[in-house]
Amino acid sequence: MRRKGPPPLLTENSQIYTFSRRSFVLGGLQAGVATLIAGRMAYISIAENERYKLLSESNRVQMVLVPPRRGWIVDRHGQPIAINRSDYRVDLIPDQLKEPDRIIAQLAQLLQLPLDEVDRINKELAQAAGYQPVPVAENLSFEKYAAVTLRLPEMPGVAPLRGFSRFYPEGAAVGHLVGYVGTANKEEYEKEKNPLLITPGFKVGKEGLEKVMEPRLRGKPGAKRLEVTARGKLIRELSTLSDESGGTLPLTIDAGLQAYAARRMGNESGSCVVLDCFTGDVLCMASMPAYDPNSFSDGIGSNEWKMYSSNERKPLLNKTLNSLYPPGSTLKPMMALALQAGGVDPEQVVNCPGGYQLGNRFFRCLGKHGAMNMHRAVAKSCNTYFYAMSRRIGIDKMAAMAEQMTLGLKYDLPVVSQSYGTYPNSEWKQRKYKDRWRESDTLNAAIGQGYVILNPLQLAMMAARIASGRQVLPNMLLRRSREAPPLNIPPEHLQVARNGMWEVVNGNGTAGASRLPFPEIQMGGKTGTAQVRRITGAQRGQSGEWKYRDHGLFVFFAPTSNPRYAGAVVIDHGMGGARAAAPVAKDVLTYLFDKPKAIENLMKLEEGWGGNIAVRMKREAELWAAANPPKPKTQQASADANGGTRT
Amino acid sequence: MTTVSMVPRNVAHLPWKLLFIVLAIGLFGGMCLFSAAGGSLMPWALPHFVRFFALLCMALGMSFVRPETYRELSWPAYGFVILLLVVTLLIGTIGGGAKSWLELGVIRIQPSELMKPVSILLLAGFYGSLPPGEIRRFSAIWPPFAMLVIPVGLIILQPDLGTTLLLLFAAITVMFLAGLPLWYFIGGGLAVAAAIPLAYNLLMLPHQQKRVLIFLTPEQDPLGAGYHITQSKIAIGSGGIFGKGFLNGTQSHLHYLPEQHTDFIFPAMAEEWGLVGGLFLIGCFYLLFRWGMNVAAEAKGRFNRLTAAGMTMTIFFYFAINLLMVVGLAPVVGIPLPLFSYGGSAMLTVMICLGILMSIDRENRRNRRR
Repeated sequence: MRRKGPPPLLTENSQIYTFSRRSFVLGGLQAGVATLIAGRMAYISIAENERYKLLSESNRVQMVLVPPRRGWIVDRHGQPIAINRSDYRVDLIPDQLKEPDRIIAQLAQLLQLPLDEVDRINKELAQAAGYQPVPVAENLSFEKYAAVTLRLPEMPGVAPLRGFSRFYPEGAAVGHLVGYVGTANKEEYEKEKNPLLITPGFKVGKEGLEKVMEPRLRGKPGAKRLEVTARGKLIRELSTLSDESGGTLPLTIDAGLQAYAARRMGNESGSCVVLDCFTGDVLCMASMPAYDPNSFSDGIGSNEWKMYSSNERKPLLNKTLNSLYPPGSTLKPMMALALQAGGVDPEQVVNCPGGYQLGNRFFRCLGKHGAMNMHRAVAKSCNTYFYAMSRRIGIDKMAAMAEQMTLGLKYDLPVVSQSYGTYPNSEWKQRKYKDRWRESDTLNAAIGQGYVILNPLQLAMMAARIASGRQVLPNMLLRRSREAPPLNIPPEHLQVARNGMWEVVNGNGTAGASRLPFPEIQMGGKTGTAQVRRITGAQRGQSGEWKYRDHGLFVFFAPTSNPRYAGAVVIDHGMGGARAAAPVAKDVLTYLFDKPKAIENLMKLEEGWGGNIAVRMKREAELWAAANPPKPKTQQASADANGGTRT
Repeated sequence: MTTVSMVPRNVAHLPWKLLFIVLAIGLFGGMCLFSAAGGSLMPWALPHFVRFFALLCMALGMSFVRPETYRELSWPAYGFVILLLVVTLLIGTIGGGAKSWLELGVIRIQPSELMKPVSILLLAGFYGSLPPGEIRRFSAIWPPFAMLVIPVGLIILQPDLGTTLLLLFAAITVMFLAGLPLWYFIGGGLAVAAAIPLAYNLLMLPHQQKRVLIFLTPEQDPLGAGYHITQSKIAIGSGGIFGKGFLNGTQSHLHYLPEQHTDFIFPAMAEEWGLVGGLFLIGCFYLLFRWGMNVAAEAKGRFNRLTAAGMTMTIFFYFAINLLMVVGLAPVVGIPLPLFSYGGSAMLTVMICLGILMSIDRENRRNRRR
């Protein structure tokens, strides 16, 4: 773009002029750039000061949460059921880890870590960033902990720590009652978005009371503010906010009784509930066999899970609340109340020729009892009497009394789930089966069969209400106990039912073998035998394969003179209430009145069974492991199947 | 100038204004290096002070040499530095991704740095002796290109992008001031703008390409390669107006700020001294440039004028590129803040520039007295 025309005259002077003009331009450039830099700097340090201050602080300071100690769970006398035991653990700090491969290999050797644990550590380390530790192992013995501590100088990034882990002194005996704790899984973290949940060493309640009472037991985490360098090296602790332990949770449970009942059940599968019949306080709620919450709280191994879930005695099921049984004859005391409420004179006699004819169907009795009045019929468990009488009042009056006894109702309890079963009435059948109620249904209901299915806690509640005559409801959390208001049932009606129950044990009744070993304290009860499936013929579920045998049930209260305790024992496939369940109830009540005597009995029994619960569970696990050697391929599949429970 | 004074004449005739500025920058830099090392003279502050005073003495010594002598020495110096560059390519050591260092026993030098003042002297000498009428001819263009093509080629081979750019900027400045037609520069600028995409794809190494990309979008990768710029802005921004106080910088002491003793010394300073410290330092440098441009304006003869302005602009380019980088206005190129940051080569270059500037200033004053 040169201009046309003669070029300007170039002289020394014109060049000086060009130079000063152009150097003025460069001077302007210098001033401009300096102003630009100064302006930009002023903008960053004044207008954006707050933002960058925060960023600088978040660079400098790392918050490390200190998991709070979980609240204790204690029994009604303050005896511990779940406590915290100090344990040793080892974590990795990703930022400080120099040669992860060598160090993890060394740790694996020192701590004897299994291969899948090493895999997990590597996986978590790959995802971890910054100062958040990755757990390597917990619940270490002091020897292993010391072995790591000694070699610390050659293992940068390894952090051995003293922490706390949950400990249940009674082990499996309280498994279903308290549940267990575990490392929070992804869903739990997603739901709460609380960084505490992913802090190593922190556990949340996974089952039972540990889960339901989580907010109370958790406590508040402490925090450490650490000044760290860009490489994650700790410079100093800036401040520490100490953690606040979770609240202690006192239960109505009597820990000694709970443990005794669990042990007394021996190798049977079943449940035992004992209540204070005036307050509804649950003194014992044992379900066996059970998992050991101590070993679950360390993380459930896939093999362990498989062993439990394949066991036909269902150690993962809380049978006191989640198993439903046809109650069988244990409902006869309730029937006695229903009949009296329906106007039946308790002294009126029904002849039992060994059964009852309804139309063209014959309803069997267990024997030919002859002349039966109400309390004799309870004592002898005569079906014929109740067949005949139930027809006179009808199902709806029976159902009304069942409701007064809380049968088929859901309780307000701090539990994860409860199955509350059914006590049917005509309206229920119409709704459920679109069919009218028939008299044969009434007869079946009268002996606790047919549509009736209930859980053991409901049976215990029935016994408690009959024993006390009060509207008690179950209660697991200790508070100032109030006696419940009386039931809307005349006391003399209740007395007939109680007399029948007294006779069952202490008179000429079905549970005569289970009298309490005290002259002045007597137990009242009612046996029950519930069919698992209809078996015709003489066999009647009394032999054959275990899982088809009849359930043995027993409801009870004591002392009969002045009732204080009530409860229920159910032994799955125990073949009969008198044979399997009543002796358990007898020993459990003996424990309440004379501990040394009861324990002496138990020791003898346990000798015969081959040791206490822990010893037998260990042997069982070894046998299972021997029969099911872990296969690496299938292990993966079962780990997926158990729904994200981390090992 | 017949003032009777207690002060010896040689001392009184030193350019005190400049010396105060340079001392302020150098001592302030030493303090920041002391803090960056966590309150310790080692490993940076003490060598910085030693080097600073040694090189300042050298610069003062150089001021007693007449500018004409430098003009005469420029060709031999040129040959010598070319030789050093070739040797560097053969046996040099690698630092910061480029083979630019030469180990000479106890000293490590960067020969490419020495090339900057030498090329300015060479170009100023060329245009100084070029008859005024020739300036619009082709003969005013090709010799400088011929002189520059060898050193630029050798430095690109190292490869050292930052030094190459500074060398070219300084050379172009001298040509601009010498009076080459303006459209050369406008046309050249447009050509460069068009060539940038090509250079980006063909000439730059992956780490350089990444730095440019990250300069354009630093937020995309705050923990990766955008880390430098982000941490630098955090240091400056968190310092606020008055800073966190001497020895209280966390970005630098906890090593969040990379290269905090060399290229990123300014944010380390700004974190502790705040905007006030930053403005003070920028002010010092600005006064230094004003002094240099005044020396150029007062100088007699084209060689002196072009040399003085070229030397001043060389220092200015260090300053501009480094500070524009740390405040996030330029991509991350490895250019230190001379006199202030740790490192001998840039300081050596700048001290040589200052020595020659003082020599011209001395001659200007001699002319005034005459």
